[in-house]
Amino acid sequence: MLNADYLYIVFFQFLGVFFVGSAFVVSWLLRPRLPHDPVKKSPYECGELVKGTSRLQFNVRYYLFALIFVVFDVEMLFLVPWALVFREIGMIAYFEMVIFSLILVLGLIYAWKKGALEWQ
Amino acid sequence: MKTLILQGLAVLGFVFFSAMFLVWWERKVSALIQNRVGPMVVGWHGTLQTVADSVKLLLKENIVPSGVDKLIWWLAPFFVVVPPVMAFVTLPFGKSMIVRDLNVGVLYVASMTAICVLGIFMAGWGSSNKYSLLGGMRAAAQIISYEIPLLLSSVLVVMETGTLSLQGIVEAQAHGWFILKPHLAIAFLIYLIAATAEVNRCPFDIPEAESELGAGYHTEYTGMKFAMFFVGEYTSFFIVAAMATTLFLGGWQGPFLPSFVWFLIKTYGIIFVLMWVRWTLPRVRMDQMMSFAWKVLTPISLANLLIGGWFMVNA
Repeated sequence: MLNADYLYIVFFQFLGVFFVGSAFVVSWLLRPRLPHDPVKKSPYECGELVKGTSRLQFNVRYYLFALIFVVFDVEMLFLVPWALVFREIGMIAYFEMVIFSLILVLGLIYAWKKGALEWQ
Repeated sequence: MKTLILQGLAVLGFVFFSAMFLVWWERKVSALIQNRVGPMVVGWHGTLQTVADSVKLLLKENIVPSGVDKLIWWLAPFFVVVPPVMAFVTLPFGKSMIVRDLNVGVLYVASMTAICVLGIFMAGWGSSNKYSLLGGMRAAAQIISYEIPLLLSSVLVVMETGTLSLQGIVEAQAHGWFILKPHLAIAFLIYLIAATAEVNRCPFDIPEAESELGAGYHTEYTGMKFAMFFVGEYTSFFIVAAMATTLFLGGWQGPFLPSFVWFLIKTYGIIFVLMWVRWTLPRVRMDQMMSFAWKVLTPISLANLLIGGWFMVNA
């Protein structure tokens, strides 16, 4: 990327922040200020009184999927520059990527057999 | 600099009106499919209904539930809206209607759509609400899982053209859209399914499954903050549809009409199809969704990539 490209990206980032920020400011100027009581401020739990903390333990499966994702994400990291030049390099580049993908597929098959892809 | 500011304001205006229009259109399409009339009262066929709704949301009081993680909770709407707005930098609306043709376009837009998961997870975690936390966790798992087939199918287009620039990809389709080639047609289908999951739409809308989780990750948000989640959702929706148009349907290429009209026709056509899918299919379960991503879509898209690559290298 050229240096000037970053200028455009940063400008649009400010634009997005300005968009959300101005919406919040306008709402802050216009909205009514009514008294708050503890019941109104309690988190929504179908109208019942809140039980215990809200930051619960969650299923360990989420971590397993995130781990498999990291492996494939790194593959994507290699795939994109490869895809740009593979026509110029030709057959050798193709077979190198086939071998690389097959190793990753073996990993996926291993995770599959071990039951990491089952949701219980 | 002046043109840049004008372009920026044009994009902001487009984001705003597109989100408003899509909310109205979604309600009309759902009504059509369910044999109702939908919004009819405010304006012609309810066209001003979204305007009335936004004014209502603007005038709502600010309720900060007890126990929220204030910083994360306030930042989440920014993280949902700002990345899709940033993706507009390199979206080719027409022959010369593009803010800046980045030479990493495909990767840039893909990363911008992927950042939204952070905002959704921040909303879920910061809200101090059990439903929100569950919705945020589900959204994170779903979006990262469907990221892989989404990128694998986009990479096939990069292999075909040898460039990541979106304008270059559109120009490469001057003599035939990519969807007409068999391996890219499969990639297009995979892209559409993965994109539906990427923007949390039915049948993959379990992060905000209203029958189990209230409203999922934005249960605790009211007023303008809630509206921002809607703007972010519909803007990402537009972005993934626009990317499908650019990568597979020839972007702004088309006869007679001006180029940006073609781009908008194709993009809103894809949006209509995805709305149609949303109001036709029932929601899938969590385990079905995850196993579909990893056991069906990922192997198919990898095989498609390798087989397509074989034909390209021998062509």
